[in-house]
Amino acid sequence: MIRLQNIEKVYRTDTIQTLALNSINLQVEKGEFLSIMGPSGCGKSTLLNIMGLLDMPSNGSINIGSQSTANFSDKQLAKFRNKMLGFIFQSYHLINDLQVLDNVELPLLYRDTTAKERKALATEALAKVGLSNRLKHFPTQLSGGQRQRVAIARAIVGKPQIILADEPTGNLDSAMGNEIMDILLQLNRDEGTTIVMVTHDENMAKKTHRLVRLFDGSQVQ
Amino acid sequence: MLKNYFKIAIAVLRRRKFFTFISLFGISFTLMVLMVLTAFIDKVGNSNYPDKKRSRCLYVLNLEMQGTKNGYSSRGPHSFYFLDHYAGSLKTPEKIAISSMFDFSSAYVNNKKVAINQKYTNAAYWDVLDYDFLEGKPFNQQQVTNAERVVVISEDIKIAYFGNVPSVVGKYIEADNIKYRVTGVVKNVPITQFMMYGDMYLPYTLSKSDYKTNKGFNGNFSAVLLAKSADDLPKMKKEYADMVARIPVKNKDFDHIYSFADTYFVSMVRTLLGDGNNSGVKAVTIGLGIFVLLFMLLPTINLVNINITRIMERSSEIGVRKAFGASSRTLVYQFIIENIILTLLGGIIGIALSMVVMLLINNAGLIANLDLKINYVVLGCSLLVCLLFGLLSGVYPAWRMSRLNVVNALKAQ
Repeated sequence: MIRLQNIEKVYRTDTIQTLALNSINLQVEKGEFLSIMGPSGCGKSTLLNIMGLLDMPSNGSINIGSQSTANFSDKQLAKFRNKMLGFIFQSYHLINDLQVLDNVELPLLYRDTTAKERKALATEALAKVGLSNRLKHFPTQLSGGQRQRVAIARAIVGKPQIILADEPTGNLDSAMGNEIMDILLQLNRDEGTTIVMVTHDENMAKKTHRLVRLFDGSQVQ
Repeated sequence: MLKNYFKIAIAVLRRRKFFTFISLFGISFTLMVLMVLTAFIDKVGNSNYPDKKRSRCLYVLNLEMQGTKNGYSSRGPHSFYFLDHYAGSLKTPEKIAISSMFDFSSAYVNNKKVAINQKYTNAAYWDVLDYDFLEGKPFNQQQVTNAERVVVISEDIKIAYFGNVPSVVGKYIEADNIKYRVTGVVKNVPITQFMMYGDMYLPYTLSKSDYKTNKGFNGNFSAVLLAKSADDLPKMKKEYADMVARIPVKNKDFDHIYSFADTYFVSMVRTLLGDGNNSGVKAVTIGLGIFVLLFMLLPTINLVNINITRIMERSSEIGVRKAFGASSRTLVYQFIIENIILTLLGGIIGIALSMVVMLLINNAGLIANLDLKINYVVLGCSLLVCLLFGLLSGVYPAWRMSRLNVVNALKAQ
């Protein structure tokens, strides 16, 4: 589903050059739930961003769904992300000025869908995460766990093949974190969604199919 | 999608009320000033009571004499003799209205002084201009020739002098110890029509100035030349210019005469800024253009700055939208629409404000009989200007925003 070959990421300033990722070769199979772990600053989020086409590698190639994204324009990348990928962020990144339903509809705004279709799909996605009774609430009226569930609903509303989750339980207590993890596991199990998750939590990582460890930008496991 | 953008636009406006106030104030105030100014210019500049035939009239206001050797110059209205003798000799005009600048006199009613602005005219004046007679009629050529003490008064003077009576035609009004018989009462003329404004209109033959013996060129009179049709204006203008070129300058101090028959706008500008052959129109046009440009540019720049700040505050939202499939172009489109919503809102407030201000000006009575009205063409243009504002002040910030790297945008909280 995802194939990364010799991925390198170098950050350059006027005086310093930092190698954030060093020759990463990684393959994620369809339907797999992969965890990425490592100490802070090891390049986990950078790797996830590159997988999600939010950042470009300095070297190497990316194939997603057997498609190479090397020569994609900004518009093509945006369209590809919209169709294939869903994102879950540690800080949720919900738009506080919009109600829950409008937040979840967001990815569908950039597709050819009618308002009626968007509403139906968003309502369905919120039902899957158990928030059918919060459609008209604003994010600021929700708990952390509920916000993350809204973020998951937003990530899955467009039925993407891959979900990329960057420390989805990082800002939650263990109870809420387990709830979120259960939802992700259910998505992976029942819908066959490929999930790549960056986490600091060993217990969460153990529940996934495979664990990849990074250290100083290199893959060590 | 537009509904989503509208919701976000309103939510953003409500989020930072102070910024919103500054943005809306800038737009609405600019628009209000433009609308009120335009209404004023419209009132002064366009065909308006009683000057309804402006499209086929030329105006002769000031005469300038220059001595190129000694540097002397003299500028002021024409004498009656000049207009009657020289302008009166032209073939193209259908009629020529000659009138004096208004003069001051006084009447007393129940020992209370009534100030009167007095104007002397020829008989053709009433044919060239279209005064609304509320009662009676103007004085005629016979009465002018006979220097009859007859007068046309304004409705304000009728009420001030006679009170609320049905008719005053045939009655007498005494001004500066002279009694005049009223032949007609006309609807008030706003003072912005300064060439035609007056409280009392008398035959020029009653004028205190020595119009009979004054064969000089300077005096207190101006003229309106009425052509048969608007197509005759260029011909009439040329005929007048050729006539002026042939006039011998008898005054030893001067060797050049400048007198022009211009359209209304040009004659006004020449009165204020003209010098010799230069009417001043070019300077006014350029000056006005720069003024309007600066006037609109400053709030636009203000809006651009505010928009950049606001957009950068929404970096996280921008990052999320990009992550979920919004292209740079889509985001630029979104922010421009949000900005247009803001400027249209400002525009609506501006139009409402200008209506209020016009009402206040009209009711304040600062300018006699001024009745400013909303010009609907200007209203339509103003709304277009708002859209342009929205576009211009939104494009650059939206472009800046669209260049934001997704990862960096998501890091901003």
